[in-house]
This record gives sequence, structure tokens and C-alpha cells, in this order.
Amino acid sequence: MSSTVQLFRQTFKRDLTLAFRRKSELINPLIFFLIVASLFPIGVSPEPNFLSQLAPGLVWVAALLATLLSMETLFKSDYEDGSLEQLLLSPQPVFLVVLSKVLAHWLLSGLALTLVAPLLGVMLFLPSEGMPGLMLSLLLGTPTLSLIGAIGAALTVGLRRGGVLISLLVLPLYIPVLIFGSSAVQAAVTGLPLDGYLALLGAMLALALALAPIAAGAALKISVSG
Amino acid sequence: MASSWLPRWFYQLASPRWCYSITGKLIPWFAAVGGLLFVIGLVWGLAFAPSDYQQGNSFRIIYLHVPTAILAQSFYMLMAIAGAIGLIWKMKVADMVAKSVAPLGAALAVLALATGAIWGKPTWGSWWVLDARLTSMLVLLFLYLGVMALNSAIESETTAAKSTAVLALVGLVNIPIIKYSVEWWNTLHQPATFKLTEKPAMPAEMWVPLLVMVIALYLVFGLAMMLRLRNEILTRERRAGWVKELLGS
Repeated sequence: MSSTVQLFRQTFKRDLTLAFRRKSELINPLIFFLIVASLFPIGVSPEPNFLSQLAPGLVWVAALLATLLSMETLFKSDYEDGSLEQLLLSPQPVFLVVLSKVLAHWLLSGLALTLVAPLLGVMLFLPSEGMPGLMLSLLLGTPTLSLIGAIGAALTVGLRRGGVLISLLVLPLYIPVLIFGSSAVQAAVTGLPLDGYLALLGAMLALALALAPIAAGAALKISVSG
Repeated sequence: MASSWLPRWFYQLASPRWCYSITGKLIPWFAAVGGLLFVIGLVWGLAFAPSDYQQGNSFRIIYLHVPTAILAQSFYMLMAIAGAIGLIWKMKVADMVAKSVAPLGAALAVLALATGAIWGKPTWGSWWVLDARLTSMLVLLFLYLGVMALNSAIESETTAAKSTAVLALVGLVNIPIIKYSVEWWNTLHQPATFKLTEKPAMPAEMWVPLLVMVIALYLVFGLAMMLRLRNEILTRERRAGWVKELLGS
């Protein structure tokens, strides 16, 4: 039992340390998030009324794409230097390795995106009533995105050009999260109760938390042995 | 010894050679019965079934829309189950089944979406509505495309089969969502035509030809799948003695 916890903690700590040593990779998804969100006013219309209607969906799509972009690196460097193989050889379940890596990854991508999101909301004239809904839905939704993304990252880790492929595999599965996430923000803006949407996002998170690490673990084993 | 509770045919299925010969025997039957039922169902549904009291003749596209939609989902389940069998029992034929089903399933999903759009134009007034049933069906198409893309991106055949099996199993989450999307959410789409527990809401003159079409399409696409499977078996087993013998003679 204790060695299982230790493995979880060690992997988690290692991933955080590695991430903080490469700060640019840490910040890139956030910058991407900001740039994508600022493209919409330029490309669509700078009209505040118009943008405030689109804002819930736009922030969510930008967050989704930023998460997707950061997913590819989840297992890549570990795969390349062989440490992934060592982790898989350990007697502890692969489930935990995946879970701790996803948790570390989410803290630095999903959580960061959630914290930056209000800034984007302001940029896109999202009414201030929508802000709590935006933060809460992203807080519940982005871990699900990271967990689902881990499956795609694990399936494509052995491929040289996995970048576009991972989006193709993962984006269809992101659609339900996007629907309920942006609906929650929309409901918050119009003053409707949003607990229903948050409950569904929470349910999806629970499902992903239970099943995605198993699928990602199986995929990692296949990718490494292949 | 460990799993002797499984029937004998299950082990026979694992042999590509046996599978090749059994599908060879089945194909003429599927072609004859499927083709006959297809013609009967299509003519019956399009020309002789009564027209709808609200939608007139435009409802007749149901005879293509419902069967393709049912099949697109069944084929996805077949792909996922075959993939799971391949993962668990390391059965080569199951991998080949999963691989040969995917493009057919994608084609069926496209057909279901296209016929739905054509039907939606006169009845709902628009080609496309973003509601739960339509979105989940579109996700099904994307999942098929993802499986195909992943399969072609991985060079090693065994790794490709295993990886796509995992992806197909993950995507299985979508099947109950499609099934219950018309019950869980308010949508424009009408509820399911066929249920196991109840009689269809439409009169028998309408649903019997529809049932004939569903069975016919199962047979026709089952035939297409077997043809693809045989091709796949020959390609992968090209170095085996029996294939060389078969092609040499």
C-alpha cells in the first residue's frame, strides 16, 4: 500500500519538477489560449453585444484547444528517454502512473486555464454574472478533458507525427464536455440555475476519473511494446 | 484447458483458414437472401406502403434512414466487441473483423446522416439541427474516422489492431447516448421506431417493410463485411501455405 502511494507521489513530484524546469512549455498553452480568444473579436466582430453572446462558447472552445495542444507532451519525453518503460515495469498498477501524471499536467494546464479564464471573459465582454459559472464549469470540465486527452496521448505516443492524429481521436469525445460546459456559462449569464449542468460535468469527471486511466494505461502498454 | 467452457466454434473462428472457407460458403446465401429482401423491402416501402397522414410521401425515406442508422450503431458495437476479443484472446481474425468493419460503419453513419438531412428539410425546415440525436450520431462518424486514422497511422499490424481496439472500446460510451438521446433530451427527432418490448407505434403496413429493409441491410452489409474480411485474411496470411496453394491453383 505505502509503496503504491509512494509511486504516485514520486511520479507527481517528478512531473511537476520537470515542468517547472521547462517554463516555456508551461506557459505556451496559456499564451495560445489568450491568442485564440483575441482572434475572435478581430475575425468575427468587435461589437460588444455580439461578442458577449458568443463569449461562453468561445472561451470554452479556446480552453479545449489549449488543453488539446498541451496533451501531446504528456507522455512524449518519458517515452523518448525510456523512463516510461521503467514506470510500466514497476509492480504498481499503471492506472496510478497515468493518474498522477494527468493530475500534475492538469494543475499546470487546466487549473491555470481556469484561473486565466476571467481575463478572457472580460476581453470578450462576458457579463460579470457569467464569471462564477465560467470558473466552476472549467474547474469541473478541464480535468475531464485532460483525462480523455491522456487516452489519445497514450495511443499516439509511439508515433512520429501524432499531433494531428491525437486531435482527431480526442475531439469527438470532447464534444459532450463542451456542450455542458458552455451551457453552464450560458445559464449563468441568463440567471438560470446551473447546478444541473455542473452535476453533469461532475458525473462526466467521475466517469473519466474511473475509466480513462485504465484505458490510457492499456494504450501505453500497447504503444511501448509495439 | 483453462477456458474450456467456450464452445468449439469459438476456437475455430480463430483460424483464418476456417474463417475464409466458412465465409465463402455463407456469401452466396447472404447475397441471394439479402438482395431479394432489399428489393422487396424497397419496392414495398417506396411504392406500396401507405403514405403518412402528416408528412405525405416524404416519410418514405425512413426505409433507408432507420436501417442505416441502426446498422451504423450495430457495426460500431461489432467493431468494439471484435476489438475486445482480439485484445483478450489475441485472436487474429477478430482484429481483422474490427478492421474490415470500420470503413463500412463510417459509410453507414454518413448515409444515416445524409438521409436524415434530406428528411429533415421538408419536415423540420432545415437540413441540420444541432440536437442530441444528430450530434451523437455525428460523434459516431468522427469516432469511426478516428479509428480508421489511427489504424492507418500505425505501421505494425498487431499494434494497430490493439490500439484501435482500445479506442473503439472507449468510444463505446457514445452508443447508449445515441440510443437514449431522444428520451433524455427534448429534441425534434422522433423516438425509436422499433423497441424490443413494445409494438411499433405505426401501423403494420408501414413497419413490416421497414423491418424487411433492416434485415436486408444487415445481410447486404454483412456480405460486404465478409468480402472485406476475406480480402484482409488473404493479405495478412499471404505467406501461409494454404493461401499460396489457393492462389497458385
